[in-house]
Amino acid sequence: MLNWTKLVSLAAICFIGISAPRDVWADVKIGAVLSITGPASFLGDPEKKTLDIYIDDINAKGGVNGEKLQLVAYDDGGDANAARTFATRALDEDKIAAMVGGTTTGTTLAMMPLFEEVEIPFISLAGAVQIIEPVRKWVFKTPHTDRMACEKIFADAKKRGLTTVALIWGTGAFGKSMREQCVAAASRSGITIAHEESYSPRDSDITPQLTNIRGKAGIAAVINADFGQGPAIVTRNYRQVGMQLPFYQSHGVASKQFIELAGPAANGVRLPASALLVADKLPDGDPQKPVVVAYAHTYQDKTRQPVSTFGGHAYDGLMILVEAAKRAGTFQKSKLREEIERTKNFIGTGGVVNMSPADHLGLDLTAFRMLEIKNGDWSLIE
Amino acid sequence: MAEFLQFAFSGLTAGAVYALAALGFTLIFNSCGVINFAQGEFVMLGGMITVFLSLAGLPLPLAACLAIVAVVLVGFGIHVFAIDRARDATTVALIVITIGASIFLRGAAQVLFDKRFHTLPSWFGDNPIVVGGAAILPQSLAVLGVAVVIVVLLWALIDRTLLGKAIVATASNQLAASLAGINTRLMVGLSFAISAAIGSAAGIVITPIMFTSYDIGTLLALKGFAAAMLGGIGHPVGAVVGGIVLGLSEAFSAGYFSSQYKDAVALVLLLAVLFACPHGLLGRPSPERV
Repeated sequence: MLNWTKLVSLAAICFIGISAPRDVWADVKIGAVLSITGPASFLGDPEKKTLDIYIDDINAKGGVNGEKLQLVAYDDGGDANAARTFATRALDEDKIAAMVGGTTTGTTLAMMPLFEEVEIPFISLAGAVQIIEPVRKWVFKTPHTDRMACEKIFADAKKRGLTTVALIWGTGAFGKSMREQCVAAASRSGITIAHEESYSPRDSDITPQLTNIRGKAGIAAVINADFGQGPAIVTRNYRQVGMQLPFYQSHGVASKQFIELAGPAANGVRLPASALLVADKLPDGDPQKPVVVAYAHTYQDKTRQPVSTFGGHAYDGLMILVEAAKRAGTFQKSKLREEIERTKNFIGTGGVVNMSPADHLGLDLTAFRMLEIKNGDWSLIE
Repeated sequence: MAEFLQFAFSGLTAGAVYALAALGFTLIFNSCGVINFAQGEFVMLGGMITVFLSLAGLPLPLAACLAIVAVVLVGFGIHVFAIDRARDATTVALIVITIGASIFLRGAAQVLFDKRFHTLPSWFGDNPIVVGGAAILPQSLAVLGVAVVIVVLLWALIDRTLLGKAIVATASNQLAASLAGINTRLMVGLSFAISAAIGSAAGIVITPIMFTSYDIGTLLALKGFAAAMLGGIGHPVGAVVGGIVLGLSEAFSAGYFSSQYKDAVALVLLLAVLFACPHGLLGRPSPERV
């Protein structure tokens, strides 16, 4: 372990020593303004690691169109103002060819106008649907939207005949946005949201809200819209007050950490998530299987940390960009943008991407898999 | 009735957490009149160090003891390297230094440990105790129990030992205390060390309920500070009463009124109490210093 680290750093020193003077000017710069520290660090940290791993990998294989890539990464700490400042620096001083990054919806929304103005392609890694609706010419994104998560949950609930549901959401940005999308999507999906409760992101006990849901007649299922540790507390409290109704979580808790925190209470919880979480459990014919298995193993081998969907979004963003550059044969900005928009049948960790001038995300509901937690592990439904 | 009991149990759970956070403010305030805003970070460090030592293979009780020792050293270190060096500064300056210390500890924890949430196994299992149709986790009772033990120890220390009297004397007049032969710098240092011990014990016992991560300290310090003010700052029993009143008011307003406005209700209550009795529920006006 230690020897390996030494070896890598030695190699890095040699590499920098030999190649720095020659390559600095020749490299194509890829910008990445990410929330590597701060409250969104559990998103930004795997994103940064993923970009590091794969840009090294691409360069080791000879680069793109004969040119080497250089990652210009900045840490905004989750602060939208800092993100905008760093984006300005990346555009004006570093002269980046494109950007993969913008970890949170807040930082992405702050940076978007700059890229529209300077006309440089921007592939965001943030969740909210507002990033691609209305469509902006230079802005794309890779993660599923919260609206898709609502629709996927509603479709599953309807199939089980559970048409009257209660919604409990966290008052953070993610929970609020998903709540709005769920309320908007409910009637279209034939679902009635009969009762709503909420809680603050750092509450230590949520049994009063759950007791109120328990007391309402006619509710057939409960949906929790939030991410972070809140849903784990909700799940524990759910079992604590003895609730037996079917319970849905969102894609926001799609990591092993949720199961660790919630413990046995997590069993029976259903949630929509990307195929990456169940990489090794996918049936052999699944088109996504080779991609997600390769990414999951590469990430886990290099970082010694469990794979998360968030790093997968960065992988998808980088690969969409690289493939577009290969098709265009250049990193010239308008040709690059056109080719990103023409991405068809790109198989990423998040799903199969088919972009168009009207759709800068390119994922449909099949990108989400419905999972159920059984015996402390994910299992595929359907 | 089952609902009422469930709300009360929820309030007790949250209240016990706030009470433990609030208790840490008591001693430092008593020794030098400073609100230590790094108290939340002591709580965080207690939980995080225990988690990482037990992940490294140490048995849980040993990990917990080592964590408390480590945090006591951190607390004493903050006194030696930051507070003591600025001992001639005003109280406000000292409070700002504790805010700096809290940011430093949070940043260090982020680098030394990681940015994920962690939990510890509950002391008495995860099966809730059901009373009259309402359920409470045994760990909530453990938190309350630890709070009571800390209150008793603090009371014994302050009211029954010479050391405690020396700490109180340091707070009321540093010059007079040192003329009476009290090593006032050591007293302030000791109060930081003991508060760190209280904070880390709190962090260990609340982690099974609300998890821990490098950044939980900010919120705990805020709620704990509110609870300490509500009960009367510097008063150990007041800290517990304040914490539980705050927790209960949040739980009942979430249950009966609206879960969206529960924090607002709790804060309005806090303002109302402080308006009616500015020294908190159990606090006494401090005697005029001439």
